Amino acid sequence: MGILTIGCFPGLIGNMSYDFALKLAEAAVNKGHKVNIWFSGNATGSIKAHQKHLKDYSTGEKYLKALLEKGVEICTCEACTVARGIQKTEGIEKIQWNAMHWYLAKIHASDRVLQIGGE
Amino acid sequence: MGDVKLAFIVQKPQYKGETSRLAITHAIAYQTVEILLDDGDTVTPTLCFTGEGVLGLQNGQKAMDLYGITSTETHFKNSLLVDLDVLICKEDLARYGIPENAIPDAEDMGADKKVKIVPFSEIQKAVEESKHVLFF
Repeated sequence: MGILTIGCFPGLIGNMSYDFALKLAEAAVNKGHKVNIWFSGNATGSIKAHQKHLKDYSTGEKYLKALLEKGVEICTCEACTVARGIQKTEGIEKIQWNAMHWYLAKIHASDRVLQIGGE
Repeated sequence: MGDVKLAFIVQKPQYKGETSRLAITHAIAYQTVEILLDDGDTVTPTLCFTGEGVLGLQNGQKAMDLYGITSTETHFKNSLLVDLDVLICKEDLARYGIPENAIPDAEDMGADKKVKIVPFSEIQKAVEESKHVLFF
């Protein structure tokens, strides 16, 4: 089985790219691959806990928690996240906070990398 | 595993979105990645600007004065200061009427590295030599 690292940059709301990244991660981990997800840019807004899932809007929290349970490593760019006013204490548990070198280190060990671009 | 080469391809103009800026900062992060890697392992990015990605790189930016944020020019110079290979597509600069001497270097900051303005074929070569390609 391989190692897949996904760089996810789009915002949670307003497009389906974010949803696609999470669905892809789920499909890969279900096949037995090791999956890492790096959030940067607007995607970092999705790590805030206590999201209300209104059916008109995409939601991240319940899918992120399910991925974490399956062993997917998820990390948010700390600078991008705090710039959006989200503190560590407000984030979803078990999501890592780190700097951009986390992403590069995961890429180093990966068989495949998918960069899902943002706005 | 040794060295892993990466190509960062910037296709979106600076300031229009966040990701074109993030391409530069992510590439610069190669400087500190070794703290998370095994001894002898490295990451070597090549930062390439093509298409609309060549827009917003020029000298004389005043983003700090006008908006209170660091300019792309500063980030661009920092990338040279940390010895990143930076390639800019010659054809696309010409297409947008940007003179080559409008692209900053970082000599004033003490950088030895120079930006390379190259034909697209050189950028293609950098892509082919890389294990992973990241589009911004």
